[in-house]
Amino acid sequence: MKVIVCVKQVPDTSGKVAVKPDGTLDRASMATIINPDDKNAIEAALALKDETGCKTIVVTMGPPPAEGMLREIMAMGVDEAVLVSGREFGGSDTFATSQILAAAINKIGIEDDDIVLCGRQAIDGDTAQVGPQIAEKLGLPQITYAADIKVEGREVTVKRMLEDGYMTIKTQTPCLITAIKELNTPRYMSVGGIFDCYNKPMSVFDFNTLKDDPLIELDTIGLKGSPTNIFASFTPPQKGQGEMLEGADQKTVDVLVDKLLAKHII
Amino acid sequence: MDFRLTKEQAMVQKMCREFAVNEIEPIAAEIDEQERYPHETVEKMRRYGLMGIQFPKELGGSGGDTICYSIAIEEAARFCGTTGCIISSHATLCAWPIYKYGTAEQKEKWLRPLISSTKTGAFGLTEPNAGTDAAGQQTIAVKQEDGSYIINGSKVFITGGGVASTYVIFAMTDKSKGTRGISAFIVDKDDPGFSIGKIEHKMGIRGSQTSELVFEDLHLPADRLLGKEGQGFKIAMTTLDGGRIGIASQALGIAQGALDQAVAYMKERVQFGRPISKFQGLQWMVADMETQIEAARLLVRRAAFNKDHGLPYNKEAAMAKLFASETAMEVTTKALQLFGGYGYIREYPMERMMRDAKITEIYEGTSQVQRMVIANNVLGK
Repeated sequence: MKVIVCVKQVPDTSGKVAVKPDGTLDRASMATIINPDDKNAIEAALALKDETGCKTIVVTMGPPPAEGMLREIMAMGVDEAVLVSGREFGGSDTFATSQILAAAINKIGIEDDDIVLCGRQAIDGDTAQVGPQIAEKLGLPQITYAADIKVEGREVTVKRMLEDGYMTIKTQTPCLITAIKELNTPRYMSVGGIFDCYNKPMSVFDFNTLKDDPLIELDTIGLKGSPTNIFASFTPPQKGQGEMLEGADQKTVDVLVDKLLAKHII
Repeated sequence: MDFRLTKEQAMVQKMCREFAVNEIEPIAAEIDEQERYPHETVEKMRRYGLMGIQFPKELGGSGGDTICYSIAIEEAARFCGTTGCIISSHATLCAWPIYKYGTAEQKEKWLRPLISSTKTGAFGLTEPNAGTDAAGQQTIAVKQEDGSYIINGSKVFITGGGVASTYVIFAMTDKSKGTRGISAFIVDKDDPGFSIGKIEHKMGIRGSQTSELVFEDLHLPADRLLGKEGQGFKIAMTTLDGGRIGIASQALGIAQGALDQAVAYMKERVQFGRPISKFQGLQWMVADMETQIEAARLLVRRAAFNKDHGLPYNKEAAMAKLFASETAMEVTTKALQLFGGYGYIREYPMERMMRDAKITEIYEGTSQVQRMVIANNVLGK
């Protein structure tokens, strides 16, 4: 059994958000972090490793400096890393990214008892599309919004957290699961792990490594092949302070109704 | 010459900072207020390898170096002087002398559990009449015919006393030989004849327990002797050389933490219509604080570097501790001043940081002792 975790290096939105003149994020000038939901996916993989002794592999697509993030994830305890990196992949939207990551996972190889884990969504794009699209491309059953995962043999039971309640689903491996923050508390790197992480194997899959994979269609990868276009990125203006109406009388209700009508809310 | 941290050291710094923000800072005020030893934090620190950073992996350690050890203490002390003290006293004062002077059997029996189990360690040198003058030990160890020892006496102000499982203690085995008559021993908390005396109520680092150790006909088998008979004073002094790097790192962390707090406060606090960070008089205070802290950090890292590279570090560790501890006292005092009245009340961490800073000028050799060590190195004894 092995667990493959897909992660993304994202801008640290707690710091300053920089935008390039073309409207896209200026990632190079922003501090980066491991996407928070992906850390929950990593923790789920490591918990499975603690429980079963399975192998864990982390995969990311990004520029060469993303190696630093992969080393940190290996310092948390993940066994191996794959960096998918190539100019041809740059500017990919979720459709293109999931295609490339699916090809990378295909190259690593999916066996009957394997699990692919992703974070629910990345804090920069907030689409929650990549995990499900990877599952579709690999032909794997997918379970999203996992708040609890139990694995017994090839049977996987996942408690999904939805807006109005929980849903428990069973499936068989191989499958893909997307993690939410309620799933677990991610561990830190350990000092021993830090001193091991540069000795752990890391492979780089470039364009040439993946271009002949059956899942790759050369005209739907990278910026040119991405059907999504970004017109502008901006920091939304801070919401103003709310207005409190006090009173339990008809007059207060009338004032409230007038305000809601004026804003076309009702 | 390269002042940058290695990739691994930078990762240790990042990891320790994250750990400190999430696990140490939230309970720092509480453990100070309640004088409560943070067992839960110590357990987590062990899980992540912070209690045995500088020991080899073969013995259960993390395989790090003294710079990493110093960084871990600095980052912890940035938020909580107590936690910095706990790492330092455990790893340097108890685990290190066993690592350096212990037999293979002693390392397996005593050091490995200190690094990889729930056990913590403490160091017993100071006595009511042997503080700065550590050579004046009155605790006596009498060798028996079978090679075992009977120990009588007491120790005071022992960091970790009562919470530690393992103690490295010192006693006179031959009073006629002066410092060459002192020997070191390993004591287990459950040894008959060993007990914990008075638990002290301290001004600072109140979450770390400090107590008296009492030995009443404490019978130790021969294999509890650490190093050779008569080697105790050397063991104590070399242990303290390394310990001083730990205390210097703790002082550095406290100073950095106080400056961080002061800078954040100065940007928010508005007086006369603008943030107080805009007033030049206060800016100059910040510039001095930052410069002192950076100078202290360079001394600490230099001492740690020397230790890691087998270079002499007796003088360097003393200079680091002297300068960093006096910096901690000065910076926390200035930082509290920048907070004004708010600095003096317990709602803010400044008064705790100032109280925590003071001990760094006292324990593991007072500032006066550090000056003696430095002067001896410069002038010759």
